[in-house]
Amino acid sequence: MSKDTQILEEFTSSEYKYGFESNIEADSAPKGLNEDIVRFISHKKEEPEWMLEWRLKAYRHWLTLEEPKWPNVTYPEINYQDIIYYSAPKQKVAPKSLDEVDPELRATFEKLGISLQEQKRLTGVAVDAVLDSVSVATTFKDKLAELGIIFCSFSEAVKEHPELVKKYIGSVVPVNDNYFSALNSAVFSDGSFCYIPKGVRCPMELSTYFRINAANTGQFERTLIIADEGSYVSYLEGCTAPMRDENQLHAAVVEIYAAKDAEVKYSTVQNWYPGDKDGKGGIYNFVTKRGICAGDHSKISWTQVETGSAITWKYPSCILKGDHSVGEFYSVAVTNNMQQADTGTKMVHIGKNTKSRIVSKGVSAGKSQNSYRGLVKVFKRAENARNHSQCDSLLMGDRCGAHTFPYIESENSTAQIEHEATTSKIGEDQIFYCTQRGIDEESAVALIVNGYCKEVLNQLPMEFAVEAQKLLALTLEGSVG
Amino acid sequence: MLSIKNLHASIDDKEILRGIDLEVKAGEVHAIMGPNGSGKSTLASVLAGREDYEVTQGSIDFLGNDLLDLGAEERAREGLFLAFQYPVEIPGVSSTNFLKTAVNQIREHRGQEPLDAVSFLTLIKEKMKLVEMDQSLLSRSLNEGFSGGEKKRNEIFQMAVLEPKLAILDETDSGLDIDALRIVANGVNQLKNSDNATVVVTHYQRLLDYIVPDFVHVLFNGRIVKSGTKELALELEEKGYDWIKEEVNEATA
Repeated sequence: MSKDTQILEEFTSSEYKYGFESNIEADSAPKGLNEDIVRFISHKKEEPEWMLEWRLKAYRHWLTLEEPKWPNVTYPEINYQDIIYYSAPKQKVAPKSLDEVDPELRATFEKLGISLQEQKRLTGVAVDAVLDSVSVATTFKDKLAELGIIFCSFSEAVKEHPELVKKYIGSVVPVNDNYFSALNSAVFSDGSFCYIPKGVRCPMELSTYFRINAANTGQFERTLIIADEGSYVSYLEGCTAPMRDENQLHAAVVEIYAAKDAEVKYSTVQNWYPGDKDGKGGIYNFVTKRGICAGDHSKISWTQVETGSAITWKYPSCILKGDHSVGEFYSVAVTNNMQQADTGTKMVHIGKNTKSRIVSKGVSAGKSQNSYRGLVKVFKRAENARNHSQCDSLLMGDRCGAHTFPYIESENSTAQIEHEATTSKIGEDQIFYCTQRGIDEESAVALIVNGYCKEVLNQLPMEFAVEAQKLLALTLEGSVG
Repeated sequence: MLSIKNLHASIDDKEILRGIDLEVKAGEVHAIMGPNGSGKSTLASVLAGREDYEVTQGSIDFLGNDLLDLGAEERAREGLFLAFQYPVEIPGVSSTNFLKTAVNQIREHRGQEPLDAVSFLTLIKEKMKLVEMDQSLLSRSLNEGFSGGEKKRNEIFQMAVLEPKLAILDETDSGLDIDALRIVANGVNQLKNSDNATVVVTHYQRLLDYIVPDFVHVLFNGRIVKSGTKELALELEEKGYDWIKEEVNEATA
């Protein structure tokens, strides 16, 4: 219908709100990648020898790998020699307190709605902010330290807690796991590190905000979360980037280790710059996220709201090694204009009586392509493994695509695996019903989409859920199909 | 309040309405009756602004506005309400959230402050009594898993909350048992006053025992072929629609 087309056109003109650029002086490596660059990064970070060796091993392995071609996305070949692998906001002396952080830098985070002020205490969220490649500030460190919780930048952890880093880095996502994780392992510049000691329930949400600022820069951050026996932590991650005409590469690695009886909840609201409506620019978001439920009765829960990035390639996964361990994956992936997303999860059942649950909600609009790709694997000894997967796709307009690629591999006959999938178009009847009650079309779409995603949004911590709802509305502005 | 002149409308190039004339004044209740396929629901949909239909001729004036110039949401905000024959389900959206969005957008249109959570809740609790609606329905997803009767009651409940100037009830009686019918009709009657008007679209006379119309119009083949008072509805009940069809056929033969 012509009206639909018209509204779709309006929709495609909706603008990215976080596209500002901060004029912060940066300290960068030259373009390109070789062993010297790896050494340069390691040297800049004043890393110990073992860390450098680990990076070099990853780099050498990366050279033997080929970029994966199986995702259902297309993009021009990436020239890995044309990327800057290290860029740090320039600061003469390391800041001792937040007051010493470059005001421009702080202004950047204020714009993002992230207050690094200690007042943030009121909202109960501790924040680690990563700009380009470097963690610029971590709040509430002292308060958390009282409980024995370590929450700091990755580089700090390498210096201060080498025994923990050494033990766990690469233990969930090995260096040789895949092309992008190998690349990350070689050149990662910073990220967040978190350790929750035995029996401690982290009293506040821990949060990392990632921001790519400098041009031609790749961001390769690494997050490592270790939840010791019987501990609990809820972790949030948010990301934005300036609008640029060229594509930028983001290849992160997140590793989660959950010991016996531990529980980790990891929530992401991903809003990297998606490119303009013709598909120019935008972030390539090639991310490896994996958690291991190493101990019995442990639980890892991933919740993601993916609205940004030109291309998303991401499968937050759970390895359910401990008996009775639980893995969950709740996902909303929204693509608009020329965006492409190939996202899903892997649930690997190794332990007995392990359970996993997958809820994936895809929303495609514009000319975008949205794929769910998921693997449920049950190993031989995983007696009574249970999985329930639900994959729903919602289409807006007639030029977008939704695809589902579920893989199920079971080696144990006692396993129960259920998969449900639906594809629907946002109903004109539903929109008309709303408009007949006086609700404008955009609000109607936001209402319907939020309702459709409710099951996933409900998993987010309160503060994040509100933000995510607004983001969904913003991403789908003007879109009626 | 509502003045329809020579209204022609079609869907997919097929003409459904072929010249409707209708005047509805404040305080009046009009019943539109007619056999299946005569265009009753089309008329309701065209008035509400459903985009599937194309108005090819004629004009509709609503409270001094050219109705055809207004989008569906603008019509609603000006006070036109359609109680749907088949209310749609919107999964994950609670009735409360839905109605609050509607109420506040209408208020914004009228230059009023949005209602806060407490005043809104007070309002809907009061209106719920009108249709004897169970409070648990409010937190459930809109119309999802509602029985036929609950859906229709929910329509009248929404009407009570939104307080329209002109309410169009499209086959609100269909699928209702006699108790639900009475409840729905009671709700409608209580909402009636000298400033608003109701157009009841129905196939059967049954509903009109409860909502007593001032005028009854018979729609056939896209035209109003006969108008009268409530006695006409009784006559139709008794004799069916065939005699009207014959009359029309003779007149056009």
